[in-house]
Amino acid sequence: MANSKTPSGKPRIGVYVCHCGTNIAGVVDVEDVANWSAEELKDIGVVLSRDNKFMCSSQGQELIESDIKEFGLNRVVVAACSPHLHEKTFRGACERAGMNPFFCEMASIREQVSWVTKDKKKATEKSKSMVAGAVNRVVYHEALEPIKVPINPTTLIVGGGIAGIQAALEIANTGHEVYLVEREPSIGGHMAQFDKTFPTLDCSACILTPRMSEVGMHPNINLLTWSEVENVDGFVGNFDVTIRKKSRCVIEEDCTGCGICVQKCPITVIDDEFGVGIGTRKAIYTPFDQAIPNYPVLDKENCTYFIKGTCRACEKFCATNAIDFEQQDEIINVTVGNIILATGYDLFDARKMPNYGYGRYPNVFTSMEFERLCNAAGPTNGEIVLRDGVTAPKSVAIVHCVGSRDKNHNNYCSAICCMQSLKFAHIVYERTGAEIHNFYIDIRTTAKNYDEFYQRVLDEGTLFVRGKVAEITDVPQNEAEEGKLIVQAEDTLAGLQRRIPVDMVILSVGLEPKGDSDEVAHQFGISCSSNGWFTEKHPKLDPVSTMTEGIFIAGCATGPKDIPASVSQGSAAAARVISYIEMGELELEPVRASVIEEICSGCKICNDLCPYNAIIFIEDKQVTEINEALCQGCGTCVAACPAGAIVGTGFSNEQILAQIEGLMMDFSVPEVV
Amino acid sequence: MTGKPKFAMYWAASCGGCEIATLNMHEKILDFDANFKVVFWPVAMDAKYKDVEAMEDGEILVTLFNGGIRNSENEHIAKLLRKKSQILVSFGSCAIEGGIPGLANLTEMHHFFDTVYTTVSTDNTNNHRPQVEYDMPEGKITIPEFKPVLQTLDQVVDVDYYMPGCPPETHQIAAVIDVLISVVKGEAVLPPKGSFLGVGNSTVCDECGRTRNLKKITEFKRIQDIKKIDPDLCLIEQGILCNGPATASGCESKCPSVNAPCAGCYGPAIGVKDFGARMITAIASVIDAEDPDEIERIMDGIIDPAGTFYRFGLANSMMRTGKASWNGK
Repeated sequence: MANSKTPSGKPRIGVYVCHCGTNIAGVVDVEDVANWSAEELKDIGVVLSRDNKFMCSSQGQELIESDIKEFGLNRVVVAACSPHLHEKTFRGACERAGMNPFFCEMASIREQVSWVTKDKKKATEKSKSMVAGAVNRVVYHEALEPIKVPINPTTLIVGGGIAGIQAALEIANTGHEVYLVEREPSIGGHMAQFDKTFPTLDCSACILTPRMSEVGMHPNINLLTWSEVENVDGFVGNFDVTIRKKSRCVIEEDCTGCGICVQKCPITVIDDEFGVGIGTRKAIYTPFDQAIPNYPVLDKENCTYFIKGTCRACEKFCATNAIDFEQQDEIINVTVGNIILATGYDLFDARKMPNYGYGRYPNVFTSMEFERLCNAAGPTNGEIVLRDGVTAPKSVAIVHCVGSRDKNHNNYCSAICCMQSLKFAHIVYERTGAEIHNFYIDIRTTAKNYDEFYQRVLDEGTLFVRGKVAEITDVPQNEAEEGKLIVQAEDTLAGLQRRIPVDMVILSVGLEPKGDSDEVAHQFGISCSSNGWFTEKHPKLDPVSTMTEGIFIAGCATGPKDIPASVSQGSAAAARVISYIEMGELELEPVRASVIEEICSGCKICNDLCPYNAIIFIEDKQVTEINEALCQGCGTCVAACPAGAIVGTGFSNEQILAQIEGLMMDFSVPEVV
Repeated sequence: MTGKPKFAMYWAASCGGCEIATLNMHEKILDFDANFKVVFWPVAMDAKYKDVEAMEDGEILVTLFNGGIRNSENEHIAKLLRKKSQILVSFGSCAIEGGIPGLANLTEMHHFFDTVYTTVSTDNTNNHRPQVEYDMPEGKITIPEFKPVLQTLDQVVDVDYYMPGCPPETHQIAAVIDVLISVVKGEAVLPPKGSFLGVGNSTVCDECGRTRNLKKITEFKRIQDIKKIDPDLCLIEQGILCNGPATASGCESKCPSVNAPCAGCYGPAIGVKDFGARMITAIASVIDAEDPDEIERIMDGIIDPAGTFYRFGLANSMMRTGKASWNGK
């Protein structure tokens, strides 16, 4: 049942095996692979095969170009790194020599062979298989032309923390429109909750709020707080986004932000959101004084009117009649060209470590609770006191790495906890003069001026115990421990167990992906790492892009980072978006699925599968069709079609099967495939 | 005139259904007889292998070969008929894909001999097993040797055309015979070598009259467990594993039109390499669940995956079960 079709023109294939310095050549006998390819694959069409120290160097690329011209090559196989890295490079070289770039195929003998294979003989054989697969495949390649899509200059930014704010301002300042969507009533994110920032001890609000008001007033920024993205359709250059603007019960056009409604509201509740349970708010509230926008939000669950049907005090006192109890959620549809996700992080729930007593012992605080406690705008006006609200602590323990670097919870380092803990130590020292113990695993103070700050805290007399805290207890073993919290830890430097009685414990909890990061990733068609952080297109070289064109990521949504890094990523993502907008149109890989109408039976198996909604059913013909502009070439429908009626450009059955046959070539008994 | 072109039909590992479907063409057989001379057709007439062996190479114009290659006799005759025929047609599911006998490729040879010769229903107290050779006073006698796996016809010899179905539909056979007659008369030309004959371009769904919607499967059911099958709704949407979406059209959707799921006898749509893999990915794509346990529960409703998705195509699947042991003995 062979249905192989020979391509037009006899293939003349050039094979190039890269040493990548010692990256490949250290494990793979590249010369042997090149010679073998020239000899054993010549029947398939290999006319020359070379090995080269760095194929990606200009000298390597020129080699391909001159060979194409001199030897009339019409196919090129480069056995080197992953095509993610250098496919563009080598396609470019082919194009410069007048060849259609899609006649170039890469065999990843670095990522898939040399980096993952110890045995040199096996690695060399594997490389030969990879080359044979690529050579077999490239025979069936076809000339393709890139697809061009226009870029809508409007951008959607999801998340109004410092990364999202930075990105919004950068783009808006170039004159392009931005929709900034924030789930909470105000932008500002976690940074708005902090008192001071390390290592400069700037007042967090003082440096953040000017940026926030700039966003609020910017003519190019459409700020949608208390709003969530409900649906995303489309593709780079042209995303259709549906946003739900939740009802605030406040008419924004009429509200002046005077705050009288908040003042007159008779209901006071614990502020579990912005205030993390420390402090209170009203049933109609703005999360904090400098909130942007400063329109309040009515909390229907606690509002007397919504519970009992009476009160309406806020409505009565509102001078501009801006309270609307009947207000409904609003659905807003926008079309944007690019999207930046800066959705931030959650904090590790310290209750998951019951041995630390958070939730049982009132005077065990989380880092965010302490931030609120020492915040000048917080419930105690910045006074550091125990949970009773009056007693100043005489001794404080600060525990690093709570929920981080812990195989029971999160393996990774949360990056900011060391500096945060040092900052706390400094603030406690400055404001209370209490004795301070920091319990740490390692001190990681790598960024600019961080270690100097550590030295400063050391000089201030904070005591450091190197060891993971085993337990925090209120059960005393002697008189000195009576009425105290006792921190039990192994001091790994002194080699002994310590029990240190303190008045207050601060748990420096780790950063975690947002609880709904998986759903958000799915909604926007990007992926998450196993931990739940959004995955970058390349962790080093493309840290703010994703595998989905037009979707960018910034800030802690991609992993724990400090404020400067988040701001940098916000700027970087904005720069990427601005460059797309300036290009006006984007060339996309012409890897697309299409339906062969005569074969399609209209069974509708594929109709609900497309993540990009590119599949449509034509009722009068009873066949399925694919919108080429929407299709991203993911191949889901190609795999699902039971009739084989959907074909993927660049991934035809012939190409894939030919590659598999090449990969399975038997080296012990060479045979022609 | 040197006489009518010669015709042969042979059955290897098959049930005889293909010949019945062929003979079922009623008066068309007269047309056939007027245009062809049947020289070898064990089901329909007496003939001897040695008569075929005595023929010139290429003497037979067309041979319809049904059944898979199960033993050395099947293989011998396949090679013989290939040599003696100008056109060799792989006829019916078993010859093309292995068919039902090909399911034996899931089991090692000694296991199914155990089943056949030692299970309780068999009266074989001395545990006799067939032997290929046996010395009798009159001399050595032999029987065909059983192969470790069943092979399809084109895994053994070069094949010109394929005609799928279990069995191929009579009206399709008649149509192909008509084409052959036209070719003999010089009124038509043969299709390209390797073509599938008597089969549609699309799949069974294309000929099925049932209403189709977006498919979201939450449970698989067997037809005997359903009180009343909706006669107008797609069977898959009713949770019945119907192979229609993956099966080549040409049968006029016979089974689904009488509330029976398509068994898949016409094999994969043209160009598809592996019927079962296609059907499995298709079914997996429409299971409506995210939770792994829930997916597991739904999948458990597929009682016999191999028998459902590879009922006819196992021997020709990409797995080609047993290929290695075939080469290595």
